[in-house]
Amino acid sequence: MMSMKKEGYPKYAPGTHVSRKDIRNKNKTYTWWEPEVQYSWAMGPAISRFLQELKNGKIIARCCNKCDRVIVPPRMFCEYCYKPTDKWLYIKDTGTVETFSIAYLDGDARRIKDPILIGVISIDGASPQHGFMHYFGEMKPEELHIGMKVKAVWKPEKERTGAITDIKYFKPLKGGGK
Amino acid sequence: MRKVAVIGAGMTLFRRILQETGKELSFLATKMAMEDAGIEKKDLDMVIMGSAPDAFDGIHLKGENLLDGAAAANKPYVRVFNGGGTGVFAPIAGWWHVASGVADVALVVCEEKMGSCFPHPQTAFRHIWDPFLDRPLNTNLVWLFAMEMNRYMTVHNIKKEDIARVAVKNKRNAVGHPCAQLPDENITIDDVLNSEVVAWPVQRLDISPPSDGASALILCSEEKAKKYVEDPITIAGVGWNIDSTMWTNRDLYFPRYVANAAKMAYKMAGIDNPRKEIDFAEPYDPFDYKELQHMEGLLLCDKGEAPILTREGVTQRDGNLPICPSGGLLGVGNPIAATMGQKVCELYWQLAGKAGKRQIPTDPQIGVGQAWGDIMQMGTVIVMKR
Ligand SMILES: [Zn+2]
Repeated sequence: MMSMKKEGYPKYAPGTHVSRKDIRNKNKTYTWWEPEVQYSWAMGPAISRFLQELKNGKIIARCCNKCDRVIVPPRMFCEYCYKPTDKWLYIKDTGTVETFSIAYLDGDARRIKDPILIGVISIDGASPQHGFMHYFGEMKPEELHIGMKVKAVWKPEKERTGAITDIKYFKPLKGGGK
Repeated sequence: MRKVAVIGAGMTLFRRILQETGKELSFLATKMAMEDAGIEKKDLDMVIMGSAPDAFDGIHLKGENLLDGAAAANKPYVRVFNGGGTGVFAPIAGWWHVASGVADVALVVCEEKMGSCFPHPQTAFRHIWDPFLDRPLNTNLVWLFAMEMNRYMTVHNIKKEDIARVAVKNKRNAVGHPCAQLPDENITIDDVLNSEVVAWPVQRLDISPPSDGASALILCSEEKAKKYVEDPITIAGVGWNIDSTMWTNRDLYFPRYVANAAKMAYKMAGIDNPRKEIDFAEPYDPFDYKELQHMEGLLLCDKGEAPILTREGVTQRDGNLPICPSGGLLGVGNPIAATMGQKVCELYWQLAGKAGKRQIPTDPQIGVGQAWGDIMQMGTVIVMKR
């Protein structure tokens, strides 16, 4: 029978702590494995068209006639109305910073000195808060703020490959732009 | 549906690396829960395993790898997984095994080993991103949370020091937890604010550590539970909900999926006014701002009000609404799925008056636990009653 004891649970804490040093210095028995595997993804009609249009220096969205959304990144179906989307629509290459981070950590969690400016940009011409993640450039970290107007800086046409990185980054949009 | 009681719980030490294998950790947590409940393997009808991405352990079919340690050999067994939501989702799955009547006694085990992954578990996290638009930017998961934190802070005009208070509270609360990885009774707000900027606004001490660990919980039909305990702690409500994967098309300031999950759980529990009826909560706190956002998602306060309640001391263990009395993920550690130890086992220990040094002094009757996962989109909620 369980009694309402005042003694604390969990009553003990089983397990043996080891340090990374113990592993690296082989003080503990361990084994090592590096997976060798590669993937190639066919991207489907929506993202394929989106990326091919980036190669042309354009951002394209899909429209849903039922909820009246202009959706970017585009998809061939609307996840809310649960029906096929209706048509393609070119939108602008300017937008608004929805949120951002000034990152001193790279993809492998390595410390970096020059921070990466990263954020989410809602794109002009799409529905509110519809956009994608990208880098920022041509600005000091302290200039970057939520609500800032920005514009895409494209790679030279010859260097574009049909990838999200065909946009190098977004820079401050000054004087309203085009 | 039948009523479901909790009759035992266990958890291992949480550390950056533990020597024991995932199977062995599962065994240690399960043994403790069985001792607590006074049952043996033969008494278990079914077993549920919760464990997060396979990439951490580098072992696919991880459920199959772990089952022997989880007392599941020759039993009905299933592994459930929804990222960080797993620590509360696994006991929800346990609940439906028993509530439906297919099992009388079900064991829930949650295991995670993050320490096996080099150079850092963050490297494994890279494989959870969309390969088309997100991965080519060489993304780090901490960036994502930094962006969410920034949106939350900016919308409500919250100061960083009011977020840092959460890390201070939880690391201090963890001092009474024998399994805790990062307890610190002397930590101050300044320590958090002066810690390394990792990805602004996220600083080193805003983040919970990666950990190895396991936890276990034994669920039983209420009828049969009387055989094991006098006054069983029961699961009064469960809820879960997921938002769209298209995270750049959502406003990140409020976790509406957590609110949906909470409403589902409160309805089942017959809770009309969560602010008045809920005595304490264990919201998911992998980052300090997440505790605040999740208090709001759990409808325990208005949007933007959680930092104010925290500043006023309401969320301290001896406050009106104790939050994360276990020490949370920030203080006890974050072996993803195994945080069932803080988010659900702790509800049981608190409601049973067994939490020792961590015991909430005001005799709590109703607690809510919550976890959060996938790409900022999954909310899992459990309500437990004395
Ligand atoms: Zn639609």
